[in-house]
Amino acid sequence: MTRTVVPFGPQHPVLAEPIQLELTLEDEVVVDAIPGLGYVHRGIEAEAERRPYDEDLPLLERVCGICSVAHAVAYAQAVEVLAGVEIPRRARLLRTFWFELTRVHSHLLWLGLAGDAIGFEALFQSCWRVREDVLDLFTATAGNRVIIGVTALGGCRRDIPDTLQPTIRAGLDAVERGLAGIAPFVLGSEAVARRLAGVGVIPRNVALDLGLVGPTARASGVAMDVRRSGYAAHDELPVEPVVETGGDALARTVVRWREIGESMRLCREALDRLHRLPGPLATRVPPVLHGEAISRVEAPRGELFYYVLADGEPHPTRVRVRTPTFANLAAVLSMLPGTQMANVPVALLSIDPCLSCTER
Amino acid sequence: MRGPRALWQAWVRRSRTKSPWIVHFDCGGCNGCDIEILDTLMPRFSAERFGVINVGDPRQGDILLVTGPANLRNAAVLRSVYDQMAEPKAVVAVGSCAAHGGVFRGAPNILGGVGELVPVDVFVPGCPPTPERILEGVIAALPLLAEPRTARQATGGPSPMSIVMLEPREEEVVRVPAS
Ligand code: SF4
Repeated sequence: MTRTVVPFGPQHPVLAEPIQLELTLEDEVVVDAIPGLGYVHRGIEAEAERRPYDEDLPLLERVCGICSVAHAVAYAQAVEVLAGVEIPRRARLLRTFWFELTRVHSHLLWLGLAGDAIGFEALFQSCWRVREDVLDLFTATAGNRVIIGVTALGGCRRDIPDTLQPTIRAGLDAVERGLAGIAPFVLGSEAVARRLAGVGVIPRNVALDLGLVGPTARASGVAMDVRRSGYAAHDELPVEPVVETGGDALARTVVRWREIGESMRLCREALDRLHRLPGPLATRVPPVLHGEAISRVEAPRGELFYYVLADGEPHPTRVRVRTPTFANLAAVLSMLPGTQMANVPVALLSIDPCLSCTER
Repeated sequence: MRGPRALWQAWVRRSRTKSPWIVHFDCGGCNGCDIEILDTLMPRFSAERFGVINVGDPRQGDILLVTGPANLRNAAVLRSVYDQMAEPKAVVAVGSCAAHGGVFRGAPNILGGVGELVPVDVFVPGCPPTPERILEGVIAALPLLAEPRTARQATGGPSPMSIVMLEPREEEVVRVPAS
């Protein structure tokens, strides 16, 4: 049988980001996929080693515009370990609030793109409409829509005053109404179920072998969630991992959908606790640090890992970022062989790849 | 006295500035600008009401929206996407990165703004710019589509470079209700 090699990308309409896949096809079936990476490599890790600790924060926030809060919190936590400081309870709750709101917006964004990839234009548009309400909450609390820059070393840069709480609660209500509106399209829709079921299956043992993380792993029945380690305010706001056992693109959709609800609950609980909570916003972090530290957070796409090495200079000696998509890209390569060409975009999208994170 | 030929040309020029189809190319930014570009096409801002369609094929596009700083790996790809687009075309650089490298300026692998690689007509500043501003950038590029770049330069047509300058929007200002 003749084999055809089809280049998929780097500029293509499925993902906004450039990734290249060199697909070897036998008829319509993929037999081999070789990724070509590096199109969004900026050298952020190297650049972070040249800038002072606090100036690294805005840089690392821009590793990824979608989960920028996750990067900021992960880096700030590592620096706080180096400095040996405890951050105030108020800052922990605020971090959780913005972090979970980020998860809501990220999952809605993904759901919309997935809708687009399966040709369900109405789902695409409705998800992004609800997402606008989430972005309104960011605007109301932080003044920007996407990269909000609320994290500071040792705490938070911005506060949510009690007087703003009614506005935010009304905003959360609006998001919830929107979510209720699109729920029938996601869970109840036969179009979604039929198009996604059985695409890109990853059994549990493969997920464990490949070391998958985040919703991709949870959809294969691996109950892991870094939020259970109790970072930020998760020691007082515990989370149960949302687990599905299907292992296919449908299961990943369901996991993300249920996580949206879970995050909305966490946002509300964080707000409740913030009400009338006195206390400072940040602890001071000295400009010169020693030692090494790691930090892990559960970014919307999975476990995000930071390693910071300090040598008594005003800037870090090494900053290492391991992103969830880096772990999950292995899953794509393992599930593509045997898929129909038409399912490649859906399979690729189902892990929610974020290349600007991965390539930095 | 305007002959039929002049009328025809005027009509062509006018029509070219309507319904711009955009080609979006992420040159290595952080996604912030890219999702805002997609947002521009979504229900709240709905650029599609003005006939703006996001197309994947550079050959069909009129306006190239570039986000992110120019880097070594992407240079050839950006150049080829630009070259594939048919004249008349315009380039809108979205975001601070695309303008001059932004927060990544000086990082290894970064060449600077996309202006290093393709001629930019409109700069939309912001990190990321809001969808309204992106839309404004696209609208600022519309008059440039009347004529091919060479003709534009020969006749001293519309200014080849503009910058969308806006005050912060009302809703971008955090307002804290008084207690
Ligand atoms: S300008 Fe800002 S938001 Fe846009 S791609 Fe660059 S870093 Fe990201």
